[in-house]
Amino acid sequence: MSWTRKHLLTIEDLTLAEIEQLHATSAAFKKILGRNVKKVPALRGKTIVNLFLEPSTRTRMAFEMAAKRLSADVIAFDAASSSTQKGETLRDTAQNIQALDADMIVIRHAASGSPLYLSKILDIPVINAGDGAHEHPTQGLLDTFTMCERLGSLKGRKVVILGDILFSRVARSNIHALTKMGAAVTLVGPATLVPSWFTSMGVEVSHDLKSALADAEVVMLLRIQHERQGESHFPSLGEYTSMFGLNKTRASWLNPRAIIMHPGPINRGVEIDSELADGDRSVILEQVTNGIAVRMAVLYLCAGFQPEPMISSTR
Amino acid sequence: MPTLWIRRAHVIDPAARRSAPGDLFVRDGKLVASLTPAEKRRARKFDGTGLVACPGLVDIHVHFREPGQTQKETIATGSRAAAAGGFTTVVCMPNTLPPADNAGTIQFIMDAIRRDAVVKVLPTGCITIGQKGESLAPIGSLKRAGVVAITDDGDCVQSNELMRRAVEYARMFGLPVMDHCQDRSMTVGAVMNEGVISTRLGLKGWPHAAEDLIVSRDIILAGCTGAHIHLQHISSRNSVELVRRAKAAGIRITAEATPHHLALTEEALATYDTNYKMNPPLRTEVDRQAIIAGLRDGTLDCVATDHAPHTPDEKDREFDFAANGILGLETALPVVLDVLCRQSRFKLERVIDLMTRKPAGILGLPAGTLQSGAAADICLFDPKEAWRYDARAGASKSSNSPWHGRTLCGRVRATIVDGRFVFEQ
Repeated sequence: MSWTRKHLLTIEDLTLAEIEQLHATSAAFKKILGRNVKKVPALRGKTIVNLFLEPSTRTRMAFEMAAKRLSADVIAFDAASSSTQKGETLRDTAQNIQALDADMIVIRHAASGSPLYLSKILDIPVINAGDGAHEHPTQGLLDTFTMCERLGSLKGRKVVILGDILFSRVARSNIHALTKMGAAVTLVGPATLVPSWFTSMGVEVSHDLKSALADAEVVMLLRIQHERQGESHFPSLGEYTSMFGLNKTRASWLNPRAIIMHPGPINRGVEIDSELADGDRSVILEQVTNGIAVRMAVLYLCAGFQPEPMISSTR
Repeated sequence: MPTLWIRRAHVIDPAARRSAPGDLFVRDGKLVASLTPAEKRRARKFDGTGLVACPGLVDIHVHFREPGQTQKETIATGSRAAAAGGFTTVVCMPNTLPPADNAGTIQFIMDAIRRDAVVKVLPTGCITIGQKGESLAPIGSLKRAGVVAITDDGDCVQSNELMRRAVEYARMFGLPVMDHCQDRSMTVGAVMNEGVISTRLGLKGWPHAAEDLIVSRDIILAGCTGAHIHLQHISSRNSVELVRRAKAAGIRITAEATPHHLALTEEALATYDTNYKMNPPLRTEVDRQAIIAGLRDGTLDCVATDHAPHTPDEKDREFDFAANGILGLETALPVVLDVLCRQSRFKLERVIDLMTRKPAGILGLPAGTLQSGAAADICLFDPKEAWRYDARAGASKSSNSPWHGRTLCGRVRATIVDGRFVFEQ
């Protein structure tokens, strides 16, 4: 089966076969990352623009690293010093970037749906690096890739996503990826942050941590955003931690071989105790490392390459 | 002024319980029972074969943007859009720049209407100064300047005390108060209906409870003051039920439904198309059906378009940042015919009633009938003609319509105001 997709906008759009292709390609790139010479020439002469209109550290660095490993030139578009500050529209900004001869655009934007909007305007591939509370497809791919590495097939496995689901694009992309891969997903957190609407996406919603964590093989924590405190979504970080924070006792409810995940940045002592974040079951840093391979795979495939042959030729 | 003889049309005049093939006669801008043989010879004859002749449509909720936002619409272009849609009387909202919160601005609008309008355009004034919801606008002066109602439109008055005083005060002048029912505290940053789709799309939800709460508030205030409150663009099934119970209790509440809330649901937002972004937002199929049922049993009184022109620049943006609202005037009739007549089996007479006599009655406007002596405001349309709507080629200055490019069934062929053709095709 060949890869036909030009943009990566959502996981919701992807078929299971496409997710598997992305994972297989990521695995191939991960091998390359273990070699002495970590670079492949696939995207030599291509320019990738990282249009990050919202703050990001991890994702932006991982995309930049991935592009460089593929020998692409990378230009970072800094929102703070750019023309968007002067009132330029997203359409104009994007069209200018295309006119500057960029070959691909990676966009992070606070407004949901912006990557789809760009993909309709531009001729070049658009990669979603996170849009509002909508999706963060490369995160969903790297998370499921990491789970597969640790657990093998995800079919029938219980995965718990814990925290601020309502505002989380990471949660949504993971929900789509995991349900397509056959995992049994339970969302947990305060009712204000985990509304029952989510059940329409084929997942369980629970507000009882103990029963939710029982026998789970993966628990994925989401960052509790300090900004939400003082709004009406929950009383205080202290109360959140006392009700839903992951600590040693609560982690003991998990399946013994369960892994602990977090897309970062972590609030130590809020959603997770340091002991667990740094412990044996934590795969948090593996997620970051895998993020490079997964983004290499995404850039590579969306640039028009096919999964297997090119990678083997670079071996 | 020429005499006019409309021949062989199907004449529908709900106010006179008339629905039969027949002719209409116009002399000196008024409908008359007949013309003399000499007048008939001289009269302009219009062949109404295959057409419905009904009272000119009445829309009590449009935005003509003048003064201040004439890049979107003007009284000239807006009234032409009305004419193209079969409307002969429209009521424009006061959220202009500056807002129509004083007699001077109303005077300015009235001058523009006299100068530029091709249909009857009637202004409303603000409830509060600057639509800020803080202190009452000079409602008496607004009335004297010619407003037919007061409303803060999109900026629903949040203070219950201020709203109570506003309706009490307006009642003294017989001025209806129109309310866009939205609890602001529950809808900060909200861009679409809260529910399954907003959850999937990651968009901030506008819960129907935020409408239901203000609808309840208004019903209670209308009940305890005896004032008439008109609820604009009802979008939620709970609100329909609240109005139903209020009417059963004899409270002076009226309510409108828009063509888009009748025809569309939140499902349309799946691709973040900003031409489906409006306030109140499109809701669920259950809500849509409740609105249709509300029109069927009289809970909801009329159809009103909330014609809201915006420039392409304001719509062609990230969904969160795009302006709320869509055009309505040029598509209302075919859309409503489709939803109510074809899909929901309403009688044509009933649908025309909802777009003529009923809305006119809410504000006590002298419009919406073809009876002798009435102004010759007439809409002639072919209920069966299919046509492709090109919003860019329309009469409105803007083109933000979800029906752009779609084939619609039912087409206005002529619009007549005071006996003069203001639109013909």
